[in-house]
Amino acid sequence: MELLVKNGFIYDPLNGIDGQRMDIAVRNGRIVQEVNERKAKKVDASGMVVMPGGVDIHTHVAGSEVNTGRLLRPEDHFKDVESKTLVTRSGVGHSIPSTFTTGYRYARMGYTTIMNPSMPPLEAKHTHEELNDTPMLDKGTYPLLGDWWFVLEYLAAGDINECARHVAWLMDATKGYAIKIVNPGGVEAWGFGHNVTSINDQVPNFCITPRDIIRGLCQVNKLLNLPHTIHVHTNNLGKPGNYVTALETMKCVEDLATETKPIIHITHCQFSAFKGDDWKTLESGAEPIAGYVNNHSHVTLDMGQVIFGDTTTMTADGPFQYGLYGLTGHKWVNHDVETETSAGIVPFRYRRKSYVHAVQWSIGLELALLIRDSWKIFMTTDHPNAGPFTAYPRIIAWLMSKKARDATMKRLNRRAQSKSLLPSIDRELSFFEIATVTRAGQAKALGLRNKGHLGVGADADIAVYNVNPETTDPSSKYREIRKAFRRAAFTIKDGRIVVKDGVVLKQVDGRTMWVDVQVERPKEISGDLKKRFKEYWTVEYENYPVEDDCLRASQPITAQASV
Amino acid sequence: MIELHPSREFKLSIIADCISPDVFQGKTVPEVQALKVWEGNKQKTLGDLFKIVESNSEDKAETITVINGNVSKLKRIGSRMKKGEIVIRGDVGMHLGVEMRGGKITVFGNAGGWAGSMMSNGTIEIHGNAGDYLASPYRGSTSGIRGGKIIVHGNAGSEAGACMKAGLIKILGSGGQFVGLRMHDGTIYVKQNCDSRAGACMVGGKIVVSGSIESVLPSFTIDAVKKKVKIEEGEEAEGPFYLFLGDLAENGNGKLYVSKTNNPDLSSYEKFL
Repeated sequence: MELLVKNGFIYDPLNGIDGQRMDIAVRNGRIVQEVNERKAKKVDASGMVVMPGGVDIHTHVAGSEVNTGRLLRPEDHFKDVESKTLVTRSGVGHSIPSTFTTGYRYARMGYTTIMNPSMPPLEAKHTHEELNDTPMLDKGTYPLLGDWWFVLEYLAAGDINECARHVAWLMDATKGYAIKIVNPGGVEAWGFGHNVTSINDQVPNFCITPRDIIRGLCQVNKLLNLPHTIHVHTNNLGKPGNYVTALETMKCVEDLATETKPIIHITHCQFSAFKGDDWKTLESGAEPIAGYVNNHSHVTLDMGQVIFGDTTTMTADGPFQYGLYGLTGHKWVNHDVETETSAGIVPFRYRRKSYVHAVQWSIGLELALLIRDSWKIFMTTDHPNAGPFTAYPRIIAWLMSKKARDATMKRLNRRAQSKSLLPSIDRELSFFEIATVTRAGQAKALGLRNKGHLGVGADADIAVYNVNPETTDPSSKYREIRKAFRRAAFTIKDGRIVVKDGVVLKQVDGRTMWVDVQVERPKEISGDLKKRFKEYWTVEYENYPVEDDCLRASQPITAQASV
Repeated sequence: MIELHPSREFKLSIIADCISPDVFQGKTVPEVQALKVWEGNKQKTLGDLFKIVESNSEDKAETITVINGNVSKLKRIGSRMKKGEIVIRGDVGMHLGVEMRGGKITVFGNAGGWAGSMMSNGTIEIHGNAGDYLASPYRGSTSGIRGGKIIVHGNAGSEAGACMKAGLIKILGSGGQFVGLRMHDGTIYVKQNCDSRAGACMVGGKIVVSGSIESVLPSFTIDAVKKKVKIEEGEEAEGPFYLFLGDLAENGNGKLYVSKTNNPDLSSYEKFL
């Protein structure tokens, strides 16, 4: 089928196109040079912004953790109900929507690719089942490896190559996309009721420090030539004064960087950018982090922007979640996933009048605005930890308009207002930069060659927003921006129009991307490994790997490893 | 005044958010008849289910809605109402007056579960019995009532006033289990007997039981004996009452008053005074 998106203002940062009026031709789900104009179906995008389909690098939408969150929070569902239509299924949920609804809501905002972080390898099958049922989107998922016993053992023994082979096996066994590290060492220690407080602490029972884990897995990542970098949730997350840990984490792999390629991604950096000794003296640590990132090219970040209102926090960082339960006294879940990782869930409400929450809100935006290169920082809410992904249009408005920021700032805690750096920042992102932080940069960081741009050969994932960059000044008319990004005029997935004017026209299944690592000498599945499974896991080795037929539409991405 | 007469016996549950003086105000009878409700999985109009009559009595005529008949299958009557009055002469279904912000609902019959759930102001008076979860929030939620007054002339089911933040609940009959579960503030008065586990996990507020209580949780500690307790402005319950503080399992400072005369089995606590 042929399609022609006509006359739109194209924002395609990866190809350097900044608002020129062009037509985009699509054939068989790919972008091509040209199509037969008379035969092709036309999409009139005149006076509208055309961008590649949105890419979300970090959003918890599937897996046992999300599902437990759903079970924990019936009150989150009953206020946000979507009825079924002729094409879509019904669904519920504000901060943790059901799988189908997640897909529809992303598509309505013009998003077409998402990455689900933090999948305990043991729960890989469950995660993929849910990803299969998340329509409209291409997706991938990151297995949690920072506290995986085998990894810790190999790294303690200094055997990077064997560790790399093991990780390659695990990527295949879990159909994962990238190496996710959550509170390295701390989550393992939590299994015994402890935590680590800096990247130089010893991990109990293993002769190793978080620094060794991060460095080791960073080397493994390079050996395996994975498309994405290591994806790190830092130690000490959510604790005052932790910006030092975030800086140390970035610094500890500095010497491993070659050329100008990023080698580490610090995720939801807002939660890792707290300055101060305790909650009362909390301040923003965005400035030193932004300063470091501006001067180094081996690191990328995502925001983890706080959205005021009710949400559900869920991470694999068990000790952090337990601390959060202590702060809120709310209902909670904490779980130790056998020898692999842990998990915690606590419902949470971010309040405008709370000093801490208002400072957190400010930190996220400060990071995005102070980091000059928009290829290094991406827009996320760490859905649903800092807020649901449906708030993205609001963040876009904040980033594009100082007036929008000021309007929100006025309603915040007074003390937080006086301490915030935001009023002194005049920077307003352009459509080009917005296209970078919401799709192009994320696709580049993920190593997705066919996503996040509109060049010939790319997947025909296109978002059209009904806002005219020539007549609308985002700086003053931020409400129009918000409205336009909330309901895409068109979302095109694989060359098919799936959303028109914010209404889902067609339900399509996306593909699940995973990395098929080609190692020179594959890992030998030794008797020892099987024996370990027998001793320590509730699942037998034979039942452990995710088979190919578990994925409804599998899209392996080959990586040529050098081990 | 708008009167609704059920035109048949209802067998399926009906979601009737629209029955509220706020919605009816300023509408003619045909407009009220055209309001949409769900009966089971079918959408119907109010006119399909009720005979609707408008009668012009004098004062406040516009804001009174009367339902004559058994509407125990109707849910969410008076949802989010702000003003006016609903009078129901018959039994009524679940979620009566949910998220109510003002006005008054009077029921001359029994009410289903979750009456007055998440209300913030207004009055609900139930002349029969109330179901479970009286004035309790939706499942999983901690947003209990933030104000208003509920009077039940009959008995109440389990978990009355869970997570309550403010307001007054008067149960003139008996209370079920877990009265005042997780309550933060406000007052619950049970005039007759009360089942066990009253005040479980409470951190503040006041529960008064004038009759006998099945048992007092071990996480409550006796503090004093009081002659009488204030229920609301101008009303006091005559004692003497044992005053228990708790729930200590939650570091709570709630007050549980239990009648001394009707609970001789609790006299053993007196030695700790």
